[in-house]
Amino acid sequence: MQSVNKVSQQQLQGSSGRDVTCFRFTGDISSASKDAIVDTYHSLDKATHKFILLDFKGVEYLNSSGIALVIQVLMEASKSGQTIAICGLTAHFTKVFTMVGITKYASLYPDETAALAAL
Amino acid sequence: MTASTGSKVEVRLPSRLGFEKVAMSTAASMAKLMGFSEDRIEDLKTAVAEACINAMEHGNQMNASIPVSVVLSMKSDELEVKVIDNGIGIEKPAPAPDIDRKMTGEEEARGMGMFLIQALVDEAEWVSGNGTTQDQSFVRLVIRMNKESE
Repeated sequence: MQSVNKVSQQQLQGSSGRDVTCFRFTGDISSASKDAIVDTYHSLDKATHKFILLDFKGVEYLNSSGIALVIQVLMEASKSGQTIAICGLTAHFTKVFTMVGITKYASLYPDETAALAAL
Repeated sequence: MTASTGSKVEVRLPSRLGFEKVAMSTAASMAKLMGFSEDRIEDLKTAVAEACINAMEHGNQMNASIPVSVVLSMKSDELEVKVIDNGIGIEKPAPAPDIDRKMTGEEEARGMGMFLIQALVDEAEWVSGNGTTQDQSFVRLVIRMNKESE
């Protein structure tokens, strides 16, 4: 019943010339998304991937268990000195992420262009 | 199509993650019929999904053979959603999540469902039963049409 969650990875460059690793998610982000979110993050070399953009534009469904996985990534990234930015959230989930305090540890941008301009 | 006051819809879901989306869609359809704004409908969808997930996980212990019942009732200016399970309910709603404690690992990353429910609907009430089909636990959610003018 839970739709397949996919993630693709792309290397981008921020406006300041920094390398930015972008994860684009599609489908559902829920308790079944650990592979897509946490394991994909773990596959990165933390020493060389310092700026990470999580793109939720293609996400169809997101619940609190999925948000908890994002928080897990934020926690590990914070310990590793990595910067996480988030883009592509709907207005509703921008509100929800703000309500739970995620904006204290990751900046939210409306889209990839706005995120890269700031990174 | 005009929404009828007093109309009631009941959906029975297996306690299997993913089926909460059926209740979400039903709630969204009813709220749309009543004329709720898109942002209120999104609030309701998330609250209903979280209530169903809690009912499946904590109420019915993920036993797929035990259904979660979702009863949606249209009233003149509000939509009420009851999410019913076979658990014993909760003693008190969970506190608001503390992102700083989550980031240090002092608080579990999960556990935001009840907070989101309370924050996104106009009224949320948890009623405990005794775990039998005669006295079931439920959460009652209400969204009202006139929230903006309050």
